Amino acid sequence: MQWINDIIQGILTGGLYALFACGLSLLFGVMKVINLAHGDLAVVGGYVALGVIAVTHVPVLWSFLIVVPIMAVLGYALQRTVIQAALNRSILTTLIVTFGLSVVIENGLLQFASANSHSLGVNNSIITSSFSIGSQIQVAYLLLLILAVAVVVILGLQYFLSASRYGRLIRAVADDQEAAQMSGVDYRHVFGIAAAIAFGTVALAGIASGLTSQFSPTTGTDTILLFAFAAVVIGGIGSLWGTLLGGIVLGVAQQIGSQINSSDGFLAGYIVFLAVLILRPQGLTGRRAQS
Amino acid sequence: MNGFSPSQPDKREGNGNPLLEVHDLTVHHGQLRALDHISLRVFPGEVYAIIGANGAGKSTLLRTIAGLHHPTEGTILFDGKDMTRVRPERRATQGIVMVPEGRRLFGSLTVEENLQVGATYARKGPWTIERVYELFGWMKDRRSQRSSQLSGGEQQSVAIGRALVANPRVLLLDELSLGLAPVIVHRIYAMLPQILATGLTVLLVEQDVSQVLQVASHIQCLLEGRTTLEGRPEDVTPQQVEAAYFGLGPAAPGGSGGSDGSDGSDGSGGADGSGGPGPLGPPGEYGGAGSPPVSGVGLGGVAPSEEEEFAPSEEAELCSGSTTSSRGS
Repeated sequence: MQWINDIIQGILTGGLYALFACGLSLLFGVMKVINLAHGDLAVVGGYVALGVIAVTHVPVLWSFLIVVPIMAVLGYALQRTVIQAALNRSILTTLIVTFGLSVVIENGLLQFASANSHSLGVNNSIITSSFSIGSQIQVAYLLLLILAVAVVVILGLQYFLSASRYGRLIRAVADDQEAAQMSGVDYRHVFGIAAAIAFGTVALAGIASGLTSQFSPTTGTDTILLFAFAAVVIGGIGSLWGTLLGGIVLGVAQQIGSQINSSDGFLAGYIVFLAVLILRPQGLTGRRAQS
Repeated sequence: MNGFSPSQPDKREGNGNPLLEVHDLTVHHGQLRALDHISLRVFPGEVYAIIGANGAGKSTLLRTIAGLHHPTEGTILFDGKDMTRVRPERRATQGIVMVPEGRRLFGSLTVEENLQVGATYARKGPWTIERVYELFGWMKDRRSQRSSQLSGGEQQSVAIGRALVANPRVLLLDELSLGLAPVIVHRIYAMLPQILATGLTVLLVEQDVSQVLQVASHIQCLLEGRTTLEGRPEDVTPQQVEAAYFGLGPAAPGGSGGSDGSDGSDGSGGADGSGGPGPLGPPGEYGGAGSPPVSGVGLGGVAPSEEEEFAPSEEAELCSGSTTSSRGS
């Protein structure tokens, strides 16, 4: 029974990790940018949510309606300026630039928001409560909601990429930028759109992180970025469903690890991450590189 | 022989103003001068062919016109407007559309999605996805197939279709024959009249000279980034073409100067590629580049990787091109 509980709790946490990871996965899939500032941007999303709630008094759960567009605009702007400038030089430069961005964001937040931890408290008792299955299994509504959001986001992204005009352009540009230019497609704009969407999901991740635990300026690189990375790599790079699976596998591994020894949860997660890298470097759902 | 001035008396003037004009274009790849003061004028309705051996700078010229390389000198005028500093995607939406060397389809997209991307920012004009399906009969039945699963010849057709749905005014065709079996190449070039009938202009680059002499209304031969011969196919002799192609002997006579009717019949006689060594012979698998003198001409590869990039994997599908096109339905 305890094992079943671990697995269920792991799956629920996995939804949060998948939400952390899908923006990272999208940016890498489309423009091969590994965004090292990803976690910090999620934290920025959390702070933006704090600010929005303080100013407008919207309910916490609805703050995403304002935070997501703000982050999307920020994503488009960052892509068209800093990240595109780095991409024009080389892929390696984007690694350095996003690392720099991460340092700037972290220290900026320390400067202006102090090192104190914050969280997005919900007063709604339904959300903060849980229901039980049998005697030992407790399912928190909040985690269930986040898992549902992760699934909806991934379904929505998948549909957008496969069926919409911009989704098609994003896939075309990911395949061959130059050929896309020959068809009149400004790939920089398409990259901007992709970044806006990725940052929108990052905003959701930031809010979810603030709802489930506390965040501070360093949370981004300490946990969110690492978990997102692990989820993307375990699941298979470039596959959104793989990212969901990766998040869940990571969550379950952490739960089972902490069951064995309460301090070994994170360790177990990273052992699975390393095992996947060694045994199946393309990830659980990834295909081998095609010629 | 540095930079033939295209301003010599020209029978093509009757067609009005040139649609595309290139003046003294010089392009460097790093230290290497890939193009050296190249000029050309393409008039509406023409099939203007750039020929030359591997590394002559042909692809560089086309890619510079498309906006993918930046010239160190010179200007590109399109319909009288200066395009030299315009971004490639803006050139495409204004009517300069290229079918890139090696086809460059969006491999993870289906045939239809490839065409839809081509049509996204299309100009108004006669070409639609439906019309492309009419031009290439097999395509409609296989429109939901991934383009990476097609044979080389089929991919080339989709690449042409993707360019056509953008409704170009001038269509740039970069080395259509590369890696394709001669019979497939012939079939694709046989489509050209139907495409031209919709009123567009073609500027093409080709190593396969025999093919070019049949379809082109004007040819220009490049060697090591310079123009060595220019004129109408009927006005140049096979010997002139061969000399200009390989850089043999004295400088080839300039354009239409010394040739008249009798030479013209010679020229077309050689054009069917019935034999004879040199560029007029039937193309090898990689477009006749195998002849020994070419390697001497390559000079450590002007425009290095471009010419070879797609060659290796193509061999297998040479034979399958004709059979797979009947695979559908």
